[in-house]
Amino acid sequence: MNTLDLLDGTPSVVGTGVALFSDALRAQGVDVTDVDWTPPPAGTSAALARVLADPRRVEANRLAAERMLAAGAELVDVRLASEALDLQPGHFLHAGPPITWERASGPLRGALIGAVLFEGLASGPEEAERKLAAGTFTWEPCHHRGAVGPMAGVVSPSMWVFELTDPSSGRTSWCSLNEGLGKVLRYGAYSEEVVTRLRWMSEVLGPALQSGVRRARDRGAELDMLAIVAQMVQMGDEGHNRNRAGTLMFMRDLLPDILEAGVDPLRLAEVVRFIGGNDHFALNLVMPTCKLITSAAADIPGSTVVTVMARNGTDFGIQVSGTGQQWFTGPAQTPNGMFLGDYGPDDANPDIGDSAITETAGIGGFAMAAAPAIVRFIGGEVGDALTATRLMYQITTAENQRLGVPILDFRGTPTGIDVTKVLGSGVLPQINTGMAGRVAGVGQVGAGLVTPPMECFEGAVQALAAAAPTLG
Amino acid sequence: MSATGTDVHHVEVRRGRYVDSVSLMQVSATVAGTPGVHKAQVAMATELNLDVLTGMGFEIPADAGPNDMVVAVSAESDDAVAAALAVMEDAVASIGRGGGSGDTFGGEPAPRTTRWAVERSGAPLAVVSVPGEHAFAEAMGALDAGSSVLVFSDNVPLEHEVLLKRTAADRGLLVMGPDCGTAIVGGVGLGFANVVRRGPVGVAAASGTGAQQFTSLLHTAGVGVSHCLGLGGRDLSEAVGGLSARAALAALDADPATEVIVVVSKPPHPAVAADLQEYAATLATPVHLVLLGAGQPTITAGVEKVLAELGVDRPAWPTWGVPDEAPRVSGALRGLFAGGTLCDESMLIAAETLGDIRSNIPLRPELALPAGLEHDGHLMIDFGDDTLTQGRPHPMIDPGLRLARLEKEAADPATSVVLLDVVLGHGAHADPAGDLAPAVAAARRTAADAGRELAVVISLCGTDADPQGLEAQAAALAAAGASVFSSNAAATRYAVALVSGGQR
Repeated sequence: MNTLDLLDGTPSVVGTGVALFSDALRAQGVDVTDVDWTPPPAGTSAALARVLADPRRVEANRLAAERMLAAGAELVDVRLASEALDLQPGHFLHAGPPITWERASGPLRGALIGAVLFEGLASGPEEAERKLAAGTFTWEPCHHRGAVGPMAGVVSPSMWVFELTDPSSGRTSWCSLNEGLGKVLRYGAYSEEVVTRLRWMSEVLGPALQSGVRRARDRGAELDMLAIVAQMVQMGDEGHNRNRAGTLMFMRDLLPDILEAGVDPLRLAEVVRFIGGNDHFALNLVMPTCKLITSAAADIPGSTVVTVMARNGTDFGIQVSGTGQQWFTGPAQTPNGMFLGDYGPDDANPDIGDSAITETAGIGGFAMAAAPAIVRFIGGEVGDALTATRLMYQITTAENQRLGVPILDFRGTPTGIDVTKVLGSGVLPQINTGMAGRVAGVGQVGAGLVTPPMECFEGAVQALAAAAPTLG
Repeated sequence: MSATGTDVHHVEVRRGRYVDSVSLMQVSATVAGTPGVHKAQVAMATELNLDVLTGMGFEIPADAGPNDMVVAVSAESDDAVAAALAVMEDAVASIGRGGGSGDTFGGEPAPRTTRWAVERSGAPLAVVSVPGEHAFAEAMGALDAGSSVLVFSDNVPLEHEVLLKRTAADRGLLVMGPDCGTAIVGGVGLGFANVVRRGPVGVAAASGTGAQQFTSLLHTAGVGVSHCLGLGGRDLSEAVGGLSARAALAALDADPATEVIVVVSKPPHPAVAADLQEYAATLATPVHLVLLGAGQPTITAGVEKVLAELGVDRPAWPTWGVPDEAPRVSGALRGLFAGGTLCDESMLIAAETLGDIRSNIPLRPELALPAGLEHDGHLMIDFGDDTLTQGRPHPMIDPGLRLARLEKEAADPATSVVLLDVVLGHGAHADPAGDLAPAVAAARRTAADAGRELAVVISLCGTDADPQGLEAQAAALAAAGASVFSSNAAATRYAVALVSGGQR
């Protein structure tokens, strides 16, 4: 389009602001599209303008989108976290931005207690808690090592992790193995039952998966997780709160290799029963897949694309391409959703987990239209899910044609959140999430929907403005 | 989480009945809300749910499996249990019936940003009228999406204007404004615009009411307009350097419907005007510059020059209610304007005869009115100036401030002539004379009661095609005792003659 098009024929017009002008245009027979405009948060207009004026922005965001859309994800190994992530005894990873013990939420504390017990670094929960509070151990965000962790996201050296690689960049990402539902470490539970399951996962599940994955790799058949994500989105999963199809496809693809690797049949039966009984098993593969997609967009000067959204149960934090590894945080919100048993809103902890990496990469809440089975989380109707996904196109930079949504005529999922569009539209990213109990040790209490606090995006825009080159 | 001993517990397993977990969480919440029910859970008998049910105090048959649905209710009586089960049946059945709206495929959400609206609609033009500090984001979004943009908003920071116009220049797009009140594109009036016939004259205007005056007079002379592109009042300032003027001239030069181009502007920066003149000389289409300033032709004179070039006879510019013999008055001239350029033009004309005119948009800084906009000599006020429109509509829509000032001038013994502009067209007040005519009559009565003669002169900018009805508006104003002119220059000269004729 150029100025000549403007003067050629009767124009159609977009109207933003005073309705009187749009009305006057309609009275002249002009086709007018009205914008449902709301002002950006107070005090941000100067920074927003500064960022939008950054001459690098358009090209930087185009590049960010191109890289996200080109990224791939193959499962190349299953390894001990101590080796894969260079984790020393007494050092843990956790979800979300950095946090101290004093500010840590119940579920994160519970998960750290459980991990200390699992590692044999304390004789009981009280001792574990005392040592954690005393600074005996250290912890840092999973994202600082290129990893992601669901809910509390606690990874300890003796746990096993999936290792995924993006063949287009050689970049690697990791995630722990999914423990199942209910009273599990990632929801902050740390009872004997929890630790016992973690031990079984280390002794049986991890090695079995490793032998299968290595067998596949040796015969040149790495498991293409992005292909599985593309298929699961077409099969009714959105990849965050629903991973049923993905879990089954993963088993289908890997099982022959585990069999060929000679895993003991009885142990194999335990493994298959465990995975089959947990519809969320694939989430821990979808998350590092998404981490590889978003990492591909990282560190492009001038880019306003979000590369990380993560929560530690206290703070919600984001990272943006143009500002590297800097965190922008605000208070984590409590999800709005439905509860297990007779738990209620008062039992729920504020939002927690690295799993919002799925939305950051363009699935999860952004692919809500693909998952009619979970739309009731947003109030009951399939139409709402379609609207939710359509709304996300307004805050993203690209559409991922490899992840087509059937009911939207296979339109690609909205991909690459742009902080300037979030501020400009007032539309916050839609996140589907689980809910952990507020009290350490309780576990899962429900699931629902949440959005990040606007502060994260305001902070990012201020920092991008400060980093923008001098004009002129 | 254990049930109390006195409750009635009901647990049943429905074999092979599958309903997804989210739906069942909803069903559970509905059942739990039934009167008399203390706890309820309807769930598939997965390992997780069995733990939850056990935790709630229910005993579940050992053979229940993940493909079976468990209904567990704890209530105060058997009747309450029965009621709960009825509610449960209804809730489960309703799952298959779908939503209440019938709009299964959802709606396309309304666009929340200008950028998105342009992307979705493919519109070549966006009109942005949000508060000034936010205009940049919306206008830049329009440019990002590939459309030109008219920024009506005022109070837009100067550096934002320059950035927008540089970006537009890089991308072959046009930014009209900020503070662009008027444009006519492809026959469509944007913002404030008169209804004029289409024709060969292309206008680029760093002036809203200047453009309205110019196009209205052209129309009155029987000549039409191809396009009228607004540039914003600062475009020909030193800081902006005529960025949009060049873009508009280039576009009009390339437009086959445009045979002659006119640039209408408030007093420009001399160097910018010289540059523009140089650029205009390189175009294939002849360009006339109507740049207001001391010793420069008026807008009316500019129109007459273009008419001459087109070989069209100059008409007698219409007037209404102008007496054959002008009354003799003595005192000060007070101009109360809605249009900034009309105010500028009137000050330039009046200053030739009357000398210094005080104003809130003064010709020279030392002529600025103090904060209360009061002075005992000749003065002219632009009520459309940014500082007077903050937080309220433009005086072309909302006459309040101007009417209050008219009343005040009527009571001021120093005031002998009040000069007002009235602007018709799209976007303007639906019936300005409806408010103004009674106010004029009242003002003249106030003065007469005090033993003074108050002359009211009105510059009426409009065409016979404007929705307000030019003749009816003029007639109402003339009937109230005002002398009405279609040319602002003529109105001003008449007002000046009244004052200077009666001068001491």
